[in-house]
Amino acid sequence: MTSADRRLAWIGGVVLVAALLLLPFLVKNYRVFQFNLVIIYAIAVLGLNILTGFNGQISLGHGAFYAIGAYAAAVMMDRMGLPYWATLPVAGLLCFGLGFLMGFPALRLGGHYLALATFALALAVPQLLKYKHIEGLTGGVQGIVLVKPEPPFTFRLFGQAFNSDRWLYFFSLAVAALMFLLAWNLLRGRVGRALVAIRDHPIAATAMGINLPIFKSLAFGVSAGFTGVAGGLGAIAVAFVSPDSFTVFLSLTFLIGVVIGGLASIPGALFGALFIQFVPNIADEMSKAAPGAIFGIFLIAFMYLMPLGVMGIVRRIWARWRPGATRPLGQR
Amino acid sequence: MEGLLHQIFSGLANGCIYGSVALALVMIYQSTHHINFAQGEIATFCTFIAWALINSGWPYWAAFGATVVISFVAGVAIQRIILRPVERAPVLTNVIVFIGLLVIFNSLAGWIFDFTIKAFPSPFPQKSVLATRFFSAHELGSAAVMVCVLVALYAFFRFTPVGLAMRAAAQNPDSARLVGIRVSWMLAVGWGLAAAIGAIAGMMVAPIVFLDPNMMSGILLYGFAAALLGGIDNPWGAVVGGLIVGVLENLLGAYVIGTELKLTVALVLIVGVLTLMPNGLFGKQVVTRV
Amino acid sequence: MNIQPLKFALIGVAAALIGNTAVAQKKYDPGADDKEIKVGQIGPYSGPASAYGTIGKAIGAYFEKVNAEGGINGRKIKYLPQDDGYNPAKTVEMARKLVEEDEVLLVFNSLGTPSNTAIQKYMNTKKVPQLFVATGATKWGDPKNFPWTMGWQPNYQTEGRIYAQHILETKPNAKIGVLYQNDDYGKDYLKGFEDGLGDKAKTMIVAKVTYEVTDPTVDSQMVSLKSSGADTFFNITTPKFAAQAIKKAAEIDWKPTHYLNNVSAQVGATLKPAGLENSVGIITTQYGKDPTDPQWANDKGMLEWRAWMAKYYPSGDVTDASNIYGYAVAMTLVQVLKQCGDNLTRENVMKQAASLDMTLPTALPGINIKTGPDDFYPIEREQLARFDGKTWVLFGKVYGR
Repeated sequence: MTSADRRLAWIGGVVLVAALLLLPFLVKNYRVFQFNLVIIYAIAVLGLNILTGFNGQISLGHGAFYAIGAYAAAVMMDRMGLPYWATLPVAGLLCFGLGFLMGFPALRLGGHYLALATFALALAVPQLLKYKHIEGLTGGVQGIVLVKPEPPFTFRLFGQAFNSDRWLYFFSLAVAALMFLLAWNLLRGRVGRALVAIRDHPIAATAMGINLPIFKSLAFGVSAGFTGVAGGLGAIAVAFVSPDSFTVFLSLTFLIGVVIGGLASIPGALFGALFIQFVPNIADEMSKAAPGAIFGIFLIAFMYLMPLGVMGIVRRIWARWRPGATRPLGQR
Repeated sequence: MEGLLHQIFSGLANGCIYGSVALALVMIYQSTHHINFAQGEIATFCTFIAWALINSGWPYWAAFGATVVISFVAGVAIQRIILRPVERAPVLTNVIVFIGLLVIFNSLAGWIFDFTIKAFPSPFPQKSVLATRFFSAHELGSAAVMVCVLVALYAFFRFTPVGLAMRAAAQNPDSARLVGIRVSWMLAVGWGLAAAIGAIAGMMVAPIVFLDPNMMSGILLYGFAAALLGGIDNPWGAVVGGLIVGVLENLLGAYVIGTELKLTVALVLIVGVLTLMPNGLFGKQVVTRV
Repeated sequence: MNIQPLKFALIGVAAALIGNTAVAQKKYDPGADDKEIKVGQIGPYSGPASAYGTIGKAIGAYFEKVNAEGGINGRKIKYLPQDDGYNPAKTVEMARKLVEEDEVLLVFNSLGTPSNTAIQKYMNTKKVPQLFVATGATKWGDPKNFPWTMGWQPNYQTEGRIYAQHILETKPNAKIGVLYQNDDYGKDYLKGFEDGLGDKAKTMIVAKVTYEVTDPTVDSQMVSLKSSGADTFFNITTPKFAAQAIKKAAEIDWKPTHYLNNVSAQVGATLKPAGLENSVGIITTQYGKDPTDPQWANDKGMLEWRAWMAKYYPSGDVTDASNIYGYAVAMTLVQVLKQCGDNLTRENVMKQAASLDMTLPTALPGINIKTGPDDFYPIEREQLARFDGKTWVLFGKVYGR
């Protein structure tokens, strides 16, 4: 990158960070809650993108990992009395483990078969959560009601109090920053290159000495771990978990977020999250009679205009404007 | 013993339903190499059209025929108008378009026809010589219809020039173009056929499960599982897969794990089978050159 | 002693008193003013439960009628329905939007047990009425812990108990099979039923099978129930599956004493598709008139309802009892708001909701709406009815307080 590019990137970064930090004080509580959800979905979409975008394994079941993370956090907070911030690492590690295990059958299944297997997972988890023999732990069909955490200190800025919603926003933002940094570090190094190689040409990758089973399972594990952390944050923000919150459509929603944002793109996760949070609301405002139809039209229109996602368009503009810049990681 | 037999036969009857949806999925896959998530909703919408025709006085088989034709045309139209712009886009882009279609058709069906369940007539009268204690006349009749569709498809692909052209276009589009086959139109015909099969499946299913916009959402999953179990490129496999899934689900629910977890266990078993036989029970092993 | 602060304090108090007396007539909380009252609603307009979206639309149509006729004490109702797709996380978001952004006076007839559970704490913390929720779960009538939440329809456990009582009275040696939806609604009914049977529940219930909303059919479950040897059937299913169950029972030649839960006990939506001849003898409880029941064809209340449907909700299905439900619950809210007069604070809304004593024109004779500070169950009375092939014939006494 030239120094002009570097300066541009720095300015862009500072502006973005400032915007993210000031945003909650410029809008009402309920919007802060919505932006909090956007951050949480961004982590989940990033997780799925690691698996599907960078490693080429399609998963229709990430809603299941989100659910497991959410319930893990809820059970630890409600039944074991753990503080909310302590639940996230546990949720993440638990989902990492389950994802890694899921990687093994995934090795044998490719393409559509893996899609079915992950779809089956997405369907199985709500059923398991309702299972009467573990009802004492999971709350069964009634779910678990949680207490929203209070901020450790308060102040006022621009006339808005630093309340529970804003505190959670910054908490999620900090966790997201950490997760995004982790992903960037992972993907730009050896691991990232190995994952992309496996996606593009698995046979050549094996021939070069990349241990396919380990990396593929690792991709699954890391991806699930990210989504699990997002699930935990989601449980804390919404303060309620129930099997109905985690239907198959959630998994499809994450996939939509990945494709709209842009496959194999870390910043794309944010755009994808913005889409899946706000566009259904817009569709609802536009038509009470058939909100689903409007949402479907949005989806198809986006795919026509941006077949490679938002980041696809951004990259094209960037390439046209600054043809000397390096190619971002993961792109063919 | 009677209970067991009854469960098995009931499972076979359900299996015919799954098999017919699986057939439509295989149909689309064979011509486009995509799995169409919107298949169920399109089938439901076409069944609603049939219902509207019957309600305004059309005799059953006339409405049936008209719906099949309308569905075929609609399928071709969808491929030509909505899917052609993303033909060359990555697989996942197409998947999102399918999800969009799914949501649109579901929403439109609810808006136009509302959500109360509707009875759909069966052309096979209940009190006829065909009815037995274990199978209703309709269940036997719809199984027969499905076998007819299967045979017709087989004949179409094997013995007609259009069928041959479609197979060529799916297997090797570039070579097919070189011999003068309009590959794009073959895709459209594939979609049209799939839509027509879906509509037939919908009209056979609706008398049993009642017609409402969400009729196919549960069935699609089983159809998906059945298609993959039997091998995604094999129509006979789809039907056999459907029967296996139907019986398995019933037996698991009644005798093994109870109804609360039968879906989970059934899917786990199917995934297990797939890990052992990654191309499904009757699928073809695809060998790629390095 | 410094007189200045005291003087200011006295002036302040006097001003407050004068000011208060001047506006003592009208009191408003966010969402209400001289011109309009903002009413929020959350329902499944998309997603798996979208069949119930018509309730929200019917409510809107009723408010349209009220507004066309002058509104409530001169104020128009501004109706703000939101879609949550039956996803509790979305319900939370919509509730927050209604309370914090749209600043509604109250949230009305939100649908679904998990959805309402998700927002119950929030609504009570924010002290915004969560009024006449659209679910029969028993937990909504708890004024001590949740003074801002109130249900409306007869709760499921009470209904289950009524059936249990009837079985104990008429068929004490019955062998009962139960089919129930594997969620809160199904389990709530079952609990009431088992409580009603008491110790005999374990011996009398010989089979309990569940189904999921995503199941295509309940055929397998019906076969299991028949094989269990049950001669009495408690059917806790939603209309689509109820119709399937009734039809399958006839097909496999199983003729138990059939108790059908009120949620599905509609002639047009359930019994007709299932086959009227197959439904003869089914027992349920009713509290409202069935829209397709010929015995109410010339009933004044039903004629008014039909006229309203034709004028304000022509796209609605006149055979769908959900549209009577929406009409009735909207009428109840309008009564509450009328009773508030010019005191449109949220506290007064709850106070008036807890002082209802009225009868709806679409309710069965003998069924009323009555609430009190300790009684947060508006409709508690229901009566058993048996289907004779054409209509629901009421029998027995009216249960409930």
